[in-house]
Amino acid sequence: MDALISLTHGMAVALQPMNLLFALIGVFLGTAVGVLPGIGPALTVALLLPVTYKLDPAGSLIMFAGIYYGGMYGGSTTAILINTPGESASMATALEGNKMAKAGRGGPALATAAIGSFVAGTIATLGIVFLAPWLVDIALMFGPEDYFALMCVAFITVSATFGASPVRGLTSLFLGLALGLVGIDKLTGQPRLTFGIPELLDGVEVTTLAVGLFAIGEALFIASQRHKGEEKIEPVRGSLWMTKEDWARSWKPWLRGTLFGFPIGALPAGGAEIPTFLSYSTERRLAKHPEDFGKGAIEGVAGPEAANNASAAGTLVPLLTLGLPTSATAAMMLAGFQQYGLNPGPLLFAERPDLVWGLIASLFVANGMLLVLNLPLVGLWVRLLAIPQPWLYAGILAFATMGTIAAKPSVVELIMLGLFGILGFLMRRFDFPIAPVVVGLILGPAAEAQFRRALSISLGDPLILVQSPISATLLAIALLALIAPFVLRHLDRFRAADD
Amino acid sequence: MTPGDSQSHSPPDIAGLAIAAGLMVLALVIFWDMSRLQLTSVYGVGPKAMPVVIASGLAILAVANAVIAWQGHLPLRDDYSLKAVLLILGGFVALIALIGLGGGFIPAIAVLFTATATAFGRRAPLIDFAIGLALGLVIYLAFDKLLTLSLPAGPIERLL
Repeated sequence: MDALISLTHGMAVALQPMNLLFALIGVFLGTAVGVLPGIGPALTVALLLPVTYKLDPAGSLIMFAGIYYGGMYGGSTTAILINTPGESASMATALEGNKMAKAGRGGPALATAAIGSFVAGTIATLGIVFLAPWLVDIALMFGPEDYFALMCVAFITVSATFGASPVRGLTSLFLGLALGLVGIDKLTGQPRLTFGIPELLDGVEVTTLAVGLFAIGEALFIASQRHKGEEKIEPVRGSLWMTKEDWARSWKPWLRGTLFGFPIGALPAGGAEIPTFLSYSTERRLAKHPEDFGKGAIEGVAGPEAANNASAAGTLVPLLTLGLPTSATAAMMLAGFQQYGLNPGPLLFAERPDLVWGLIASLFVANGMLLVLNLPLVGLWVRLLAIPQPWLYAGILAFATMGTIAAKPSVVELIMLGLFGILGFLMRRFDFPIAPVVVGLILGPAAEAQFRRALSISLGDPLILVQSPISATLLAIALLALIAPFVLRHLDRFRAADD
Repeated sequence: MTPGDSQSHSPPDIAGLAIAAGLMVLALVIFWDMSRLQLTSVYGVGPKAMPVVIASGLAILAVANAVIAWQGHLPLRDDYSLKAVLLILGGFVALIALIGLGGGFIPAIAVLFTATATAFGRRAPLIDFAIGLALGLVIYLAFDKLLTLSLPAGPIERLL
């Protein structure tokens, strides 16, 4: 029960007034950006990184975690009320939730999403509490070659295995890896891909890349598609409260959604889409009234929303214990740790238990706050959707630019921001996934460092990569994960036809 | 399922081929840059290994992208408004120029704000410019004065 003792200590940190305030700011901002189209949690954390540079690490990391959780709650509001899921993880929620809203049951839909997110978030955070120390013990046995192999697994699963197209996913990943090469090589001091530009010697800033891809790329894309017609906001009619029947139909999907979401999020697989859609199809199969599906079945909101939140929590397991980000937001949180010179992993659990456990404990706090914030204040969040689109995006770009120049006051940085914006626009237009670029940039240099460390320990013998059983297993998994989507291509088609 | 999936003889996708060509150019640039590095590490792998791996990967992916584009298997794209994209990018170039030439943060933000709002269909540039100035001022005061981040200063900012 060491975990519980650590958690108690963490709770003492999380309940300090300043940290409670940071958690509140985080969940507030997170919900707002989750509701607003065009900005997600990854972009918000990226924009806040330069601002929080001078703050206390524990406080700002608690805030980032609040933004992450809040974004998941807020996304469901948009999905239910205007049928435009803010992120792909809310797509399943939009299917049934928007139908419920159209039928005048928007209140219960929002309620089951919020309570389901709370239940799932709480259970999944408990999962972190018990899984993290155990994983930390395993991670302590990892040598550099094992870390390298683990990163290979993450590279492949994030880019190739679960996306729409493995080729496009891998292309995105390699673009990110290429950007990771830019700058001075840490071991030999030689500049790579800097083309004589001094500003490039420090490498590409993760925040500049993320802000360019997410803020400017998104604004360019939405502006170019604007003639496609306006979205309609469904007013929240009727009671917010769920009836007895709603509760009876919701609680099992919540639990099942959590069971899908947490393990898939905790595996270095990334992406909340898979568990949400798994949950959706399971609920449809198990429902007492399957004919309701497609017309607004509450099970179809409860399950996917729980899965969504549980997988967001699950993503924090590899991030905290191994320093392995498997989603764009997790990558930005890793950048948040790094700006304070902290490296998530087993060492951080040993050296800064107050910080790590304070962060984990604050997740419980954030979840509770979100439940309170979301249900009674839903009217306020809906009003955010009334901000005219031109001003919304113009404002996003203003803040995006501010964040970048505040981090690095140079024209070169702004030019890079613009180029990454164009890249983000092209990637959206040609359907390349964005997250692998960010993960590639932040993990690429780390993977190279581990690889070179492993080979210098083995005096240059590459066989070390397969001699360690951990590394050999992980590399085999990476290879399988790479081949699987090509082999299973026809299965994918079959599944698509089934829907 | 889209009809494009079942047709195996779609015409080649020019834009897709251009993407593949771009990836190949990037691979060559990385390769060229790597070839200028010196091998200084005694044992283990030097700074050249990772660029070689990444450049090779990009070259393979360029070929794979080219094959997909040649078969016309790219996802269907909607038509789009180039004008809106150019307006925002124009606003961004103006922002970089203003900041680079010492015009300061607030007017630069106002120009970007106006260009973006116009790209999103607003037809009131003067009002938007005023809103942009106000927003720039608020951001400047909040972040430069309150949070002591350094934002580029021009004539207006020096008055504050």
